[in-house]
Amino acid sequence: MISDDGDLVARLRRGPGSPARPAPRVPANGRMPDPPGPEDELDALVAAALARADADDLVDVAWAVQDTPIGPLTLAATAEGLVRVGFGGEDRVLDELASEVSPRVVRLPARLDGLRHQLDEYFGGRRRHFEVPLDRRLSHGYRRQVLEALSEVPYGETVSYKDLAVRTGNPGASRAVGSAMATNPIPIVVPCHRVLRSGGALGGYGGGVDVKAWLLRLEGALAL
Amino acid sequence: MAVTLPPFQTLLDEHAADLHRFLAASVGPHDGADCFQETVISALRAYPGLQHADNLRGWLFTIAHRKVVDHARRVARRAIPVAEPPEVATFDPDEGADRELWAAVRALPPKQRTAVVQRYLLDRPYVEVAEVIGCSEAAARQNVRAGLQRLRAELPQEVRS
Repeated sequence: MISDDGDLVARLRRGPGSPARPAPRVPANGRMPDPPGPEDELDALVAAALARADADDLVDVAWAVQDTPIGPLTLAATAEGLVRVGFGGEDRVLDELASEVSPRVVRLPARLDGLRHQLDEYFGGRRRHFEVPLDRRLSHGYRRQVLEALSEVPYGETVSYKDLAVRTGNPGASRAVGSAMATNPIPIVVPCHRVLRSGGALGGYGGGVDVKAWLLRLEGALAL
Repeated sequence: MAVTLPPFQTLLDEHAADLHRFLAASVGPHDGADCFQETVISALRAYPGLQHADNLRGWLFTIAHRKVVDHARRVARRAIPVAEPPEVATFDPDEGADRELWAAVRALPPKQRTAVVQRYLLDRPYVEVAEVIGCSEAAARQNVRAGLQRLRAELPQEVRS
């Protein structure tokens, strides 16, 4: 008797299953390591594909998430350099990069290894300035000019909004300086946390005012 | 008018697992990994030029289907005609359960193969199967039917029941 389609279809729905793997040897401590699951395998396959795509210059924006004492940071780089540092998870940041830089946005931590290492050193108090190329394409006009001037403010020092307005030749432009800070695409590396209100009040910060205070204490610019 | 395309990463997050299942089922685990990488690279190459973002899943699987077609061509070129073909030549030694069935699936013509795998393994409706193959919905149904028929004919009696 020929089996009906139901049986064949049920087997097709079940799929070919996973390749059989030899059982790993039990290590000396008697505890088995977790076997690589299908997700690890898929991740490795995706990573291999993206590494090949990167070698063919098909990755316009590479991103990674870095855990730091102030929480996760989303880092993104183009071929030119670091283009974005975002506080928190990646979702909002990736959408913004897709529409403003290129939709070819993929997770490729290797492209950010240099910066990630420098961030570790910075948060460990062993680094005072970052040596990574920057891609400033997300800031424009006067705001960009302000952010470029801000890059000259050294570790452990602070300036006021007004100071930056003066330094960029627009003494009356404190508010514009404030909005440049609020829209800084590359916080921490472009140190907008070093800008305070005249008189020393902390002022706002994209990552939250607590984070701003934490960074200033790390740099010794704010008393404990 | 420029379209707003989501970050390519979201396509990977949403579809990479199914894409890999589709390809591993269609061409085997080893060649499936190669086809997967080629699909990702081709998709990334073409992505910024897309004119709309209406059906990115369908678009991605269309590329994967073409990789299956290319793979079938390469296999056909490699094959050397022999008087008595070895009986288990298409088995993948690494494969888990139900080898005979999946060897028979991989011997289907590519359109039937994609149709059967999309319809049953990935549980897609015929309208999506049609999009992936680039044919009408009626033709997609016909490909699924013909694929099942061929599988029934090819599988040994004891495996069928």
